[in-house]
Amino acid sequence: MRDALGAVQSVLVLGGSSDIGVAIAQKLARPRGASVVLAGRDAAALQAAAARVRGAGAGIVDTTAFDADDVDSHGELAQKLFAQRDYDVVVLAAGVLGDQAAAEADYREAVAVWRTNFLGCASIAMCVAQHLRRQGHGTLVVLSSVAAERVRRSNFVYGAAKAGLDGLAQGLGDSLVATGARVIVVRPGFVTTKMTQGRESVPFSSTPQAVADAVDNAIRRGSEIVWVPASLRLVMAVLRHVPRVVFRRLPL
Amino acid sequence: MPAEQHRLLTGWGRTAPTAATVVPLTEAAAQSTLKNPGERGVIARGLGRSYGDAAQNAGGVVLDGPAHAMLRAFDATTGVATLQAGVPLDALLRAMVPLGWFVPVTPGTRFVTVGGAVAADIHGKNHHVDGSFANHVTHLRLATPAGERTCSPEEDPDLFWATLGGMGLTGVILEAGVRLLPIATAFMRVDTERATDLDDLMARMALHDHRYRYSVAWIDCVTRGRALGRAVLTRGDHAELVDLPGRPHRAPLQYDPHTRLTAPSLVPSGVVRPGTAFLLNEAWYRKAPKLRRGAIRTVASFFHPLDGVRHWNRMYGKSGFLQYQFVVPFDREDVVRTAIQRLTAARCPSVLAVLKRFGAGNGGHLSFPQPGWSLALDLPVGTGDLPRILDELDVVVVEAGGRVYLAKDSRMSPEFVPVMYPRLSEWRAVCDRVDPDRVLQSDLDRRLALRRGRWKEP
Repeated sequence: MRDALGAVQSVLVLGGSSDIGVAIAQKLARPRGASVVLAGRDAAALQAAAARVRGAGAGIVDTTAFDADDVDSHGELAQKLFAQRDYDVVVLAAGVLGDQAAAEADYREAVAVWRTNFLGCASIAMCVAQHLRRQGHGTLVVLSSVAAERVRRSNFVYGAAKAGLDGLAQGLGDSLVATGARVIVVRPGFVTTKMTQGRESVPFSSTPQAVADAVDNAIRRGSEIVWVPASLRLVMAVLRHVPRVVFRRLPL
Repeated sequence: MPAEQHRLLTGWGRTAPTAATVVPLTEAAAQSTLKNPGERGVIARGLGRSYGDAAQNAGGVVLDGPAHAMLRAFDATTGVATLQAGVPLDALLRAMVPLGWFVPVTPGTRFVTVGGAVAADIHGKNHHVDGSFANHVTHLRLATPAGERTCSPEEDPDLFWATLGGMGLTGVILEAGVRLLPIATAFMRVDTERATDLDDLMARMALHDHRYRYSVAWIDCVTRGRALGRAVLTRGDHAELVDLPGRPHRAPLQYDPHTRLTAPSLVPSGVVRPGTAFLLNEAWYRKAPKLRRGAIRTVASFFHPLDGVRHWNRMYGKSGFLQYQFVVPFDREDVVRTAIQRLTAARCPSVLAVLKRFGAGNGGHLSFPQPGWSLALDLPVGTGDLPRILDELDVVVVEAGGRVYLAKDSRMSPEFVPVMYPRLSEWRAVCDRVDPDRVLQSDLDRRLALRRGRWKEP
């Protein structure tokens, strides 16, 4: 159970080998030695991630297979996971960055991004929400992106999927009011991880640890939307209203 | 009968809400829900004055106590009242004080139920003389998953002592026999004095507490330095007829407490912060007389001053607050000092800090009181480095042979429970006997693994 000061005892990370997912699991598990389940596709990467989470002071750390693209398996997977225990926090960190240029050249590349980042994530989010409602408590943390707030020319394939997921997560959060469960939407800017490796760093970039700190804080304070870094909220409040003709010319 | 509802519940601290199906507690409802509990179990709830999650059951059923409760019977020769568990002490006092009887133990609020008083084995300002609630309970009637049970110190004593302080996890308490205290008046004869620092306070308490039935100290938990732990010590007894002014007093047993104010429902978080806490503590200390003997006060103003403000817990705003209460043996006064020092140094302000000397404990397996110093601190959530400081204080308390009060707890680490409560395994054995399928569940039980790890670890 989450305690009065926001410390939690069990965490499920979907996309469990992602740098952000691992950082969040490490941060949340530390105070009470929480049990952690890392769910993902790549078994070897999950083992490595589990070792890092254990090293951060987690209690029992397990891994399990989870493929965001295989939506037909999601119902059964969620059923199986929640039959074993309650989860105080479920982190939805699955996702791919995709290749914008390739997606513009071949629509199938774009569909693959949407399948993982929207369809797969939305599907498992719905399954998880049902179990959180049943257990009467718990927080679903959805990794959205600053790209969701206003979709940009430079990565609109990725941005569109995140915009869809962001909207879904907000609606889901509203649907869970008074059920004891809640949803936190996290909108990081550019985060330096293995997913973004090789890309040039940009202003308002952050680290997986900064995202983890922000999520931990949001769980303690009961926030619904979190920007990382927090200053992005103001930046995007302005950018949201910039006229299209100007916005598309901005070097973003 | 009002229909069941699905709603969010929190404890008095208004932290960590969870949702449950709330069903009015009648004997029939208790028996039928225990028979068909659903997968997430059942817990009974009184007036929700536990600070943490003791009366919450996420996703399960919560039996709401005070709905139909009543006083069943009273035997004026023995002073024993037979009460339904949902009866609030407020109702009991209103019924019995005019007849010359008082509750044997009252906490700082009269808005607790008899069932809650049993489940948390509550204590009051008279612990050093009269012990806790359990010491005055003659029998209990419970609905358990194994069927209805009656227990007393003579009949099934294991179940009796597992239930007193058992946080409602041994069964749904239906009825309790409680031995009341005869009183001559509804007034208190009170001595008030100010102590200049913690040593002064503890010396005064150790020397003279035994002369009074009731004793409690309010400590200023903001002031640092030499005056650390300065306090207002209030002690008293039930007034006799001769104590009252204007003899013969016209209505010596008149009892008519009322709430004067209601806290607004939308107070922003952050009203109670170091600055405001300083002002409140300063005002409280200055307002108290340096020394005043024999003042006559009403029962309500002596025992339940905070009940004058309805919903006073709202003053801590949306983020809520918690109470940290521990007891340490008499020779470990240093722990009390350490706790106050660390919290003041970290600017975690406490507006309400209460020090009390406990007398002997009782046979309750999970009963909190043990001989020593008990310190209770109300702390707003979200200030300073509170989680870490309290975790560190837990270690200090455990190493001193002390314990934290389960009815107040909302944040402790489960690993400390078996150390603080060495009779936990006895308690678990009784639970396993009357509730083998673990139908009785609460968020407190889940969080602290009271009935050991609930989850099959893969």
